[in-house]
Amino acid sequence: MTTANPALFQASDLNQRNARVQQRFRLLFGLMTLLLITPVLLILATLLVKGGGAISWEFLFTAPTDGMRSGGLFPALLGTVWLVTVALLLSVPIGVFAAIYLSEYAGDNWFTRIINLAIINLAGVPSIVHALFGLGAFVLFFKFGTSILAASLTLAVMTMPVVIVATRESLQAVPPAFREACWNMGATRWQTIRRVVLPNSITGILTGVILEVSRTAGETAPIMFTGAVFFTPFLPHSVLDQTMALSLHLFVVATQVPGIAEELPFGVALVLIGLVLTMNSVSIAFRMWLRGKKKW
Amino acid sequence: MTTRSPTLAHRAAARPLAGFDRRDADWYIDKLVAAVVFVCGISAILFVLGIFFFVTKEGIGFIFTKLDFREFFLTPYWSPSDAEDPEYGILALIAGTASVTGLAMLVAVPFSLGAAIFIAEFASGKTREALKVLVELLAAIPSVVWGFIGLVIMNPLLIKWFDIPVGLCVLNAGIILGLMAAPIMTSIAEDALKAVPDRYREAAEAMGATRWQVVYKVVLPAAKNGLLGGVLLGVGRGFGETMAVLMATGHAVNIPDSLFDSVRALTATIAAELGEAVVGGEHYQVLFTIGIFLFLITFIINLSADLIVRGIRKG
Repeated sequence: MTTANPALFQASDLNQRNARVQQRFRLLFGLMTLLLITPVLLILATLLVKGGGAISWEFLFTAPTDGMRSGGLFPALLGTVWLVTVALLLSVPIGVFAAIYLSEYAGDNWFTRIINLAIINLAGVPSIVHALFGLGAFVLFFKFGTSILAASLTLAVMTMPVVIVATRESLQAVPPAFREACWNMGATRWQTIRRVVLPNSITGILTGVILEVSRTAGETAPIMFTGAVFFTPFLPHSVLDQTMALSLHLFVVATQVPGIAEELPFGVALVLIGLVLTMNSVSIAFRMWLRGKKKW
Repeated sequence: MTTRSPTLAHRAAARPLAGFDRRDADWYIDKLVAAVVFVCGISAILFVLGIFFFVTKEGIGFIFTKLDFREFFLTPYWSPSDAEDPEYGILALIAGTASVTGLAMLVAVPFSLGAAIFIAEFASGKTREALKVLVELLAAIPSVVWGFIGLVIMNPLLIKWFDIPVGLCVLNAGIILGLMAAPIMTSIAEDALKAVPDRYREAAEAMGATRWQVVYKVVLPAAKNGLLGGVLLGVGRGFGETMAVLMATGHAVNIPDSLFDSVRALTATIAAELGEAVVGGEHYQVLFTIGIFLFLITFIINLSADLIVRGIRKG
């Protein structure tokens, strides 16, 4: 055996140049990532500094006073809880079943493709067009009036793709062998889904549901004309009442109320963003925990 | 058999209907569920058709009686609440939407592609996970919060930096919309890069290519369609954005000459004026007509994004 030529293992000029180019691009893309993220973090920090002082138990649990120039945001918070709950009751069952259809029943054909296209469109149609739809369909045509029901239906239609996509993904993560084993025992399709597929994907579905809570709570335009109002002295008692909502409340205190204390809108923004980001973090943590304990 | 289901056998025996046992019931339940699931499955199609139907239903009166295509699309005069002689020209509104979306994409596209490449190809381990979580959280910030940021944080900053009277302008809304769309585009682009099979990268690396050469020569060409689809979805998202644009543009009907001009967007016009329009009146119908226009444009954008992305799957 001859000893290896040492020059063979030395980086040539070309190698070094390539390595330098790679380093430069790595740096460039890293900087771009940083530039994308930093302003947002700065903005969030500003919100925290300016709005932090407004947050208190009293702020969260009292009604606005003095023409919304002071006081808390309790009616808006409660209204958002109402809107999100009703929207979820409507969209989660339909969304989960739609995902079951797409994952367990639908073949790979043009019809399924049209359904997928419809889902993308449902998510992609501007929120204000959803508002027009909600107004035309639920408020006027079905005569629900401007009410929690109409607003929640609008939100449900708009955010359903979130549940469908998340559920479909977690259903498809269940290995086909699980289903085949079950079918071989003589189980029907539905028995297989209920006893094997759903129990194995329920946590993934929950992740999607939590994400939808966050999406629904943040939407403003679709509820503006369908059920949420700028101000009402009454708390909602049924789904046919109008209500205030956190997201719309932020818009109102930021643009419609002159002479408001500066920290109040910041406080509202902080509560809204806190709610949304908490929900998302829970969903992400859930997903990571799930990935860690996966058995297959 | 007998040890496993005595109760089932019992029940089957006690059933009055001869020849209808538990397995028949399961069969019927299965068929019933299949029907329910199918109906839910096509609900997305029904909803999209429903949106088109109801928005058209409210706006159709104007389209058939008053709509003059030339006036509607080619004149910039928008004064719908004028009692004497209302004017419905949406050119200025289209210009507003286009300028803000265009600027936003100019900001967001290069940065989100760069960030996606960094996250998918260069970062690894904990850094990558942390960045992905961060991007996902940023994508979740509601649009009304972005509008608020444009109004109370960007506005004074722009006034101070550029010495302009009002900071609610194309630049403000463009930056806000760009920051808002970037995380979404980053995650779509990252998915597209992820969809390139690892064996492509391994083959290139085995030939002695550096990371950057792998990205530039192999991954980017392979993920081209997915990336383009992601950019298109981002454009659609920016185009349809309502609250942020409503609060950060200054809301003045105007064809912009510079970045510091206030403009008004199509979506924001509907949001601002629908509340004061009389139901069924002409103004109301015009706003729905704009809605139809918005629906059709986003439909086309989404359809082409889908076609482009499907292109690679076939090839």
